[in-house]
This record gives sequence, C-alpha cells and structure tokens, in this order.
Amino acid sequence: MGILEVKNVNKRFGGLQALGDVNLSVAENSVHAIIGPNGAGKSTLLNCLVGKLIPDTGSVMFDGQSVLGRTPYEINQMGISRVFQTPEIFGDLTVMENMMIPCFAKRDGAFRLHAIAPTDDEKEIVEKAERMLEDMNMAGKRHMPAASMSRGDKRRLEIGMCLAQEPRLLLLDEPTAGMARADTNNTIDLLKQIKDERDITIAIIEHDMHVVFSLAERITVLAQGTPLVEDTPDNIKGHPKVREAYLGETA
Amino acid sequence: MLGLNKKDFSLLLVVAALTLFAPFILNPFPEGSGMAQFNAGYPDLMQRFVIFGIFAIGFNILLGLTGYLSFGHAAFLGVGSYSAVWMFKLLSMNVIPAILLAVVVSGLFALVIGFISLRRSGIYFSILTLAFAQMSFNLAYSVLTPITNGETGLQLTLNDPRVLGQSATADGSIPVTSLFGLEMRSTFEMTLGPWLFQFNAGYYLCALILLLSFYLSIRIFRSPFGLMLRAIKSNQTRLNYTGLNARPYTLAAFVISGMYAGLAGALMASMDPLAGAERMQWTASGEVVLMTILGGAGTLIGPVLGAGFIKYFENIFSKINDTVLHGWFEFMPDGLENLIVGILHPFIGKGWHLTLGLLFMLVVIFLPGGLVEGGQRIAKLFRRKKPDDAGDNAQSTPAE
Ligand SMILES: Nc1ncnc2c1ncn2[C@@H]1O[C@H](COP(=O)(O)OP(=O)(O)OP(=O)(O)O)[C@@H](O)[C@H]1O
Ligand SMILES: [Mg+2]
Repeated sequence: MGILEVKNVNKRFGGLQALGDVNLSVAENSVHAIIGPNGAGKSTLLNCLVGKLIPDTGSVMFDGQSVLGRTPYEINQMGISRVFQTPEIFGDLTVMENMMIPCFAKRDGAFRLHAIAPTDDEKEIVEKAERMLEDMNMAGKRHMPAASMSRGDKRRLEIGMCLAQEPRLLLLDEPTAGMARADTNNTIDLLKQIKDERDITIAIIEHDMHVVFSLAERITVLAQGTPLVEDTPDNIKGHPKVREAYLGETA
Repeated sequence: MLGLNKKDFSLLLVVAALTLFAPFILNPFPEGSGMAQFNAGYPDLMQRFVIFGIFAIGFNILLGLTGYLSFGHAAFLGVGSYSAVWMFKLLSMNVIPAILLAVVVSGLFALVIGFISLRRSGIYFSILTLAFAQMSFNLAYSVLTPITNGETGLQLTLNDPRVLGQSATADGSIPVTSLFGLEMRSTFEMTLGPWLFQFNAGYYLCALILLLSFYLSIRIFRSPFGLMLRAIKSNQTRLNYTGLNARPYTLAAFVISGMYAGLAGALMASMDPLAGAERMQWTASGEVVLMTILGGAGTLIGPVLGAGFIKYFENIFSKINDTVLHGWFEFMPDGLENLIVGILHPFIGKGWHLTLGLLFMLVVIFLPGGLVEGGQRIAKLFRRKKPDDAGDNAQSTPAE
C-alpha cells in the first residue's frame, strides 16, 4: 500500500478525456516521477490530488484517507504540499515573511486570530523560519522583497516554504521548466539533499529527462490520459512503448 | 515601547503631538486677517478631521492589508450613528454606552454583510458591498422609519425616556451629550494677542480615541494576523496551498473595519446627536475609499493624512470665492485680473470637487503610494545628499 493511491480516476473536459482510468501508487519515502508528452494529462492528474479539480469517477487516497471533496487548504493540512510550474510565492512580502507564513500554518492550522502581539515576538516561528532559510541557503536574502529575486531563487524559496510545513508528500509540477542550466542543476541538488535528509515522499512531473533520471526511483509514463508503463528508470529508458509515445509525438 | 518598534513608536508620538496641538497648528492666522478663513482650528471641523481619520484607519485594515475594496462602509457608519442616538434617547446622554453599543451593533452588521459579500472577491465583492449599503440606505430612508425616523433623521426629543438620565433639563431643554458630566460642547477659548485658540472637550475625546485606534491598527499591522492579511493581498493561491483558509481572515478584517466605522459614526452622533440616512449613501462610502487611497492604502499614517486632506478641502478650499480671488490678484491690471479669476473660477468654491478630482488623478497616476509615497520621495531627495544611507534599510519595512 503506497502513501498515495489513485484508483480508476477519470476526468473529462467537455468532449476531451483528459484522464482515463488512471491508477497510480506512490510508495512512502520514494521519489516517483510522472512523465509524458504535452497534453498527456500530468497537470490535470496533479490538480486532482490537491483539490483543485475533482475527478469524475475514481478515488484518491492519501495515507488511507480520501482527499476528494476537500478544499486545497484542507488537503494541505493533511500533509500534501505543492510546488507550482511558475513559482507561487508572496511577491510583496520579504523572503523572511514568506517563510514565516508556512511556519504559522504548520503550528496554528488553517486559521488563528492572533492580532495583537508583534510577529517578531513569535520566537519559535522566527527561529524555525531562520533555520529553513539557512537550509535553503537564502539567509542573506531575508529582507529582500520576494518578487525581486531570480527565478531560481524563487523556486528555492517556494520549495523551502513547502518543506517548512513538514509535508509527508511533496508534489512538484515541472520545477525546472524555463530555468537556465545552472538553476536546474541547483534545483536537482536541492531535491537530492531533501530526499536524503528528510522522511518525505516526492512526486515530480518533469519534461527534462536529465532531472528525471537524476532523481526518480520509479517512473510512470502517461500518454493521452492513461498510464502506459510504470517501472524503474533503467527499464524505462529502453522501453519501446515509451520511445513510441515520445518519438511518435515529435516525429 | 508599548510593544512597538522604535519607528512605529515615534510615528505614534508624532500623531499624538499633532492631535494634541491641533488647535494651535490649524489656526496659524490671526483673527480678522485676510487669511483667517484658512484657519481650520474650530471644534466642529477638528472633530470631523479625527472622526474621519478613525473611519479611514479602519477602512485601511481591510483595503490596505487584504486588498478587498468595499464600497459599502458608510452603512456601518450610519448604523453606528443610529445606535448611538438610540442610546441617548433610551439610556442617558453619556457617550460611553452609546459608543459601546454602536461598535457592537456595527460589528454584528459587518459580520452578516461580510459573511455574504466575501463569498466573492474582486469587483464582485465590491458590487455586493455596494448593493448592501444601498439597501441599508433605502431601508433607513423608508421601511425602517420607526427606527430611523426616515427622511427627517433620528433626533432627540423632550419625550425620550433616558432612564439613567433626565428627559429634559431644569429649564425645559433637551440635555446635551457628555462624558460623565463633561459636556462635549464645552470649549475653552484662549486669546493670545490677535490669535484665538479653541480647546473643545468633544474634540479631545475624539482625538484620544483616534490615538487608541491608531495604536491598535499599528499592532494589527505588525501582528501575525496582519501578516496573513498581507499574504492574502499578495497571493491567494499560495495561501490556499499553504494550508491557510483566507475566508475567516478576510471576514475578521472586514468586521474590524466595520467596527471602526461604527465607532466613527457613534462619535459623530456624540458630537451632534442626530443621525440621518444620507450618512449611509454610496457617496459617503466612496469618500473613505478616496481618503485611504489618496493618503496611501496599506501605510499606517496615510489614511489619517488622506482624511485630513479631503476634509480640509471640503470645508476650507470650498470657501474661496471670486471675491477672495479678486482680492488676491488686485495688484494686476484689471483685464488680466479678470482673466485669471475667470480661469480659476471653476476650480474654487463649489468647484472644489473638480480640484480634488484632478489632484486625486495626479496622485493615483504619479504616486500610487499616495501622499505617504510623496513624503518618502521628498525625504529620499534630502537623504541622498548624505552618503551611505539609502539602500538596504529602505526595503526592510514594507508597511510604513
Ligand atoms: N481546465 C481545463 N479545461 C479544459 N481542458 C483542459 C483543462 N485543463 C487541461 N485541459 C486539457 O486537458 C489535456 C491535459 O492537459 P494537462 O495540462 O493535464 O497536460 P500536461 O500533461 O500537464 O501537459 P504539459 O506537459 O503541456 O503541461 C490538455 O489537452 C488540455 O488542453
Ligand atoms: Mg502541465
């Protein structure tokens, strides 16, 4: 039994079958990659996991509990964090403030009204945020407005914010899309470090095969909304069906 | 100090000094001089400055922090006024129970309207609040006449019970509002040479409440709650995927700002015990939006500046008429004098709205941060002359 169990999920957009009978099992503390050509339904699948979309049929279980019908913030509170294709951070706030928000969310839950004591007096939160920024190698940037950072730094901050919540499952949607080579390599190193140091399960959607083969322990190939194969990276590399799905698209 | 950092504490001190010495600061011109008409240091107007300051400070907690633009906050102002006047009619002329009831009732009212309006965001939220406020206005004007006294407005009469006070004074007139016996209208006048300064009890009560409101708003701005509100304005998607529920935060901000509006309404009624439906009209809601944006939404001091600026314009600038202008340009040849007065005519007196509108446009286009940004730019010009000062500390506090 994996930490994430997706069973017979179907999703239609009008006449388009975006997901057809998707079954997926992600083992605890593994790195699982989902690859597939453009329009294969990867993002749609991910949106079904985090409450942004509701599948037409099927079930999505996280740690034995169904996520269907819950709002994104409830699912997040269950222990699933998500990194977006374009970094979603609080651009108007400083890096430090960005990092404090998930720390509050972890400690206080979805809502708590503490409106009088200054934020800086929350020693426990400040310390944790500082520690996370150091882990992310961004301590020197703590007073910068988050929007003014480079794309690579924004991604790093976003990943750090997700980790500050100590999630059990981290979902990443094309974390290196549009990044320069150096930033991509930094991100790979960061994710490797995360997987070595923490008890965390990572599911990653990625086009860049270099990233996929550096990180993944298992790979699921999705094409036209249906999983073609699921296997280890070595077996996937030479798999004829995979070549066909990719080359068939591009050729 | 008082749980504030040094910068915020000095800001609070500045505001305290300004309100304390307002009777002097606003009356710079000697009585009887040509400029005396620009004096704003009379009780009635000073009260309005601080009351609208309180209204705008509260509004800024919603607009400045969460970015939700309400077009219906005058409804809470009106509700506050009605509640206060009812307290004067039924209980006593003491302003404290009136203020307390007004804050509670407007808070409850804001809870209901906010709960419904906050199901939507952006323009739909604004329209919903506008609709609710217009509904309240029309109800107050007609259907709810037994409570609001409709068109005439709610007033005190000699037949009011006032169970803890008296229905009429010994000489048969309606009693006046007071704070445990200190009459709100009582004014101490001080003559210094040609200058006349007026110190009014009502004004100082309002000023004290303004300071408390301002202090509370600084605490909210700097608290984790304030941080969450700014996060809502910045990126709701990230907030949702960080396990936080935006709705209770925005609702709390909405209710708090509604209570500030109710407080302002109660103070209006405490200074002059009557309440009319026109206080709830959409123009009144629009005014507080202008004040907040003109002064600088999301800044601490901006709304107070904006409120003072607009009220000064409304009451003082509107008094400049053609005769005054002719007086100013007397030294010119007649033809030129008439030409200049003719050009300026549409912008003065009753035309003050036009001038204010133009100023508002200029501020929004060139100073999106409002008057506060203007002030900061000027301060920067001066600071640039000193080496090694700009740079890193400029960015550390986004909300000033
Ligand atoms: N909200 C939506 N409404 C209608 N159609 C949609 C919607 N979201 C996705 N689709 C369609 O569903 C299909 C799958 O899209 P999806 O974004 O999941 O693909 P993907 O595998 O993430 O592709 P990419 O690699 O380009 O990101 C596409 O044909 C897309 O156009
Ligand atoms: Mg996608």
